[in-house]
This record gives sequence, structure tokens and C-alpha cells, in this order.
Amino acid sequence: MNEMIFRFFIGGVVVSLFAIIGDVLRPKSFAGLFGAAPSIALATIGLTIAKSGAQYAAIESRSMALGALGFFIYTVCVSLTLKRYKPSTLVTTIGLMPMWFGASFALWFLIARPD
Amino acid sequence: MLKVDLSSLQETKPHEYVVRFLFGGACTVLAGLIAKRFGPTIGGLFLAFPAIFPAGASLIEDHEKKRKAEYGFDGTVRGRLAASVDAAGASLGCIGLTAFAIILWRGIPGHNAYWVISLATFVWMGLSTTLWALRRKRFFHRRPGSRCRPGSR
Repeated sequence: MNEMIFRFFIGGVVVSLFAIIGDVLRPKSFAGLFGAAPSIALATIGLTIAKSGAQYAAIESRSMALGALGFFIYTVCVSLTLKRYKPSTLVTTIGLMPMWFGASFALWFLIARPD
Repeated sequence: MLKVDLSSLQETKPHEYVVRFLFGGACTVLAGLIAKRFGPTIGGLFLAFPAIFPAGASLIEDHEKKRKAEYGFDGTVRGRLAASVDAAGASLGCIGLTAFAIILWRGIPGHNAYWVISLATFVWMGLSTTLWALRRKRFFHRRPGSRCRPGSR
């Protein structure tokens, strides 16, 4: 329980910090880089190594790379949709979230699933 | 030209900061719980979950709309285009994030974790910034009416 509370606090702080950095930077295209900052990973990787070991963290990191590729596909779809059709940003970003799930899990299935 | 605009911090309301903190914390805990339940190969995917991206992009749309509204204009389209630009930037950040994850995957076993994480973070920032600069340079030269260097077409 203590570990979860600690993760929650550290995660909240690190995510907020990267979000604030993104808020103050200009131009917006550069600030957008911080929307894909490794905030959750930075918040938890130290804890993971201490608790479960380096090999466990390495396996998580390999999957993280696949999730990042899914994130890339997701953000490209969001950007193109907003530019072309100009729907509500919140509806677009949440509505296209299945793209992340689909792409990430497809890559996981093809590359990283245990035999 | 990169610059820091601290006035943007005033545009974000206190409750929006709280929402980001709570959401970021919740996603971090969730990633840990998923890894605990389903193992590191599944849990690791959620280390790259676009947790705060929807909230951040929506805030950008809202802030642009408000800026336009101060002058009596409807900033809806501008806000959504600004969010589109933000998403394009995030896509470049994802390429850096992939490199970050690969460095951790290959580097953590057998090396000092502190240095590996530092190197990975530096590579994320450097690669993402380089890709952004290359993309921006290409668009700058394509803009109509931009100054051409002597001898160029």
C-alpha cells in the first residue's frame, strides 16, 4: 500500500512537471515533444529496479518501446484528424485511444509475447 | 526560435493542475498494478500510455479559444489546429521515447542504472529536438514569401 501511495505521488509530480514544461515552451510544436515525455517511466523505473531487479525492468522497457510506437501511430492519427476535420480535441484524443491499444498490443503480439 | 512563455502558467486554472497530478499519479499506479497482474511484458506497454496527452491537447484548444475570444473572435478552429500541431510534436517525441526505451532495455542489465537512465533521457531529448528542428527547417524553406539565399532557386 505504501508503495502504491509513493508511486502515485512520484508519478503525479513527474507527470505534472513535464506538463508544465510543455505549457511554457514555444513554439507549440516543440512543446508537443513533452506530450510524449517518458514521465511514467522516469517516475517508476528506479522503484521497479529496486523491487524486481534489472532484468524485470529491462523486459518492461522492451514493451515500453512497443507502446511508444503505438503512441506514435496514435499521435499521427490525432494530428491528421484534427487538421483535416477539426473535431473537438477531447473527443478526438479519447476517441482515437483504441488506436494506441490496437497498435501497441498488435506489436506486443507480434514481437514480445511469451511463447 | 525556442522561447519560454511563463504567462501560460496563469492561463491554466488551479483545478487543471490538480487534475493532471491526479491523472498522472493514477496512471503510474495503474501501470504498476497491470505489471503486477499480467507481468512486465504487458505492464511495460503502459509505461508509454498517452496518459495526459488528451488533457494537455484539450487545454491547448481551450487556451487558444480564450485568447481569440478576448478579441471577439471564435477561436474554435484555431484551437483545434493548435492541438493538431501539438500532436505532431508529440509524434516526434514518441520516436525519442522509443529510443529511450530501447536504451533502458539494452543498458539496464549489467550497467549502472543511474547512468543508463540519464543517457536515455538525454537521448530522448536530443533525438526529439533534432527531429523537430529537421522537420521545422523543411517547412520553413517551403513557406511562400520566405527569403531565399543568393543563388538558390
